[in-house]
Amino acid sequence: MLNAYTDIAVFMTVAILFIMISLLLSRLLRPHHPESGKLATYECGKTPFGDARVRFKIRYYIFALVFLVFDVELLFLYPWAVTLDDLGIVALAEAAVFLALLFGGLLYAWRKKVLEWQ
Amino acid sequence: MYLAATSSLPLRLYQWTEQLFTDLGLPLWLLAVLVATVKAALIIGFILINVIFLIWLERKLGGHIQNRLGPVYTGPFGLLQTVADALKVLVKEDIIPAAADRWVFMAAPLVAFVPSVMIWLVVPFAPGVQARDLNIGTLYVAAMTGCTVPALLMAGWSSGNKWSLLGAFRAGAQLVSYEVPLILATLAVVMLAGSLSLNDIIRAQQESTWFIFLQPLGFVVYLISAIAELNRTPFDLPEAESELVAGFNTEYSGFRFAIFFLTEYANLLGSSAIAATLFLGGWSGPFLPPFVWFLLKTYLFVFLAMWIRFTLPRLRVDQLMNLSWKFLLPVALINVLGTGVFVAL
Repeated sequence: MLNAYTDIAVFMTVAILFIMISLLLSRLLRPHHPESGKLATYECGKTPFGDARVRFKIRYYIFALVFLVFDVELLFLYPWAVTLDDLGIVALAEAAVFLALLFGGLLYAWRKKVLEWQ
Repeated sequence: MYLAATSSLPLRLYQWTEQLFTDLGLPLWLLAVLVATVKAALIIGFILINVIFLIWLERKLGGHIQNRLGPVYTGPFGLLQTVADALKVLVKEDIIPAAADRWVFMAAPLVAFVPSVMIWLVVPFAPGVQARDLNIGTLYVAAMTGCTVPALLMAGWSSGNKWSLLGAFRAGAQLVSYEVPLILATLAVVMLAGSLSLNDIIRAQQESTWFIFLQPLGFVVYLISAIAELNRTPFDLPEAESELVAGFNTEYSGFRFAIFFLTEYANLLGSSAIAATLFLGGWSGPFLPPFVWFLLKTYLFVFLAMWIRFTLPRLRVDQLMNLSWKFLLPVALINVLGTGVFVAL
């Protein structure tokens, strides 16, 4: 017998096939007349200048880093959340310490003005 | 009685196919794959029909909120407007800009759409009507919702357009910021139910009460974060039409754009269904059949999201970040700790 993860694979395949078939259908029906003006980058009707892969704010990276810290720690909370009912007060105290550390990290980031968007 | 009427026909069909497979000497794993394929096809059909209705509903509702009529000409009450639009977009030229990174550009809609279908693997429609009851249901849902970030970054980066790039980075920052409170809000529900499976969460709600009453704070956090995850107004900064043209999908046209559009509404429907399951008891309810309850609760969230969209103005980037990191995250952390005390004692 197959397990649940085969179902996930089948769902993925069917979804991909659905898109592929609709794109194929669309390809058979739609016109295709490329020319340079049509393929140009859209910049509100003006002639595009420079490269599109411009420099961007470092803030995005910092937020991604803060997110990474929290997301990985959240993963540890999942097994704890499921079994808390059985483990009782000791597990709660341990998680409270863990959450306090997380909260401390958030406050530190806050004070260091990491969370400000300038 | 309702259950018997709906489940006996698929069951008979399944038994008949199983008999056919053993008669022909085909392996049973092929049967399992076939069954999963049929389920996936049915779910895609369900999503498409609902999305067609959702787009109409959004335009009609928006129209009436803004004292207009919305679509009226195509079909009764304009109901066929979306069908007409879908046909139109199918025959529109598909333009891949010369500056684009061709393969990534073509793969992005696929990466966006596929997870929005895969979420439905674990959604319980009615008792026993569920594609697969994964024991890690909520974690799986969180993982699938997380797939939107790479899809939007791929779309924006590969377009070779400044607007797209800006939109994609905004989308990335916004989605990761709101994912943390979203997961924390779900975590509190998981603690109350003692299980990650969506079916067990419904059962736990049948035994006590709907989790919206036990988790009012978690519900508010979930609602705000979910709307932000869906990139809907007031959190539509990645697309912000008045400043970024169309954000990450500026360069998309024809059917590829339609896939992004479809994904957006499929995600709205999926998130609403998950929210209904986590906080409103899913299909459980008196008098009406379970499937009707499921649809009613799902559409309640859909209506709420649309109402909010047409009522509130768009946030600024700094307000957006502050709301997530300085308000929702501390509130969600305290909520988790409070729920922990409630459960453990």
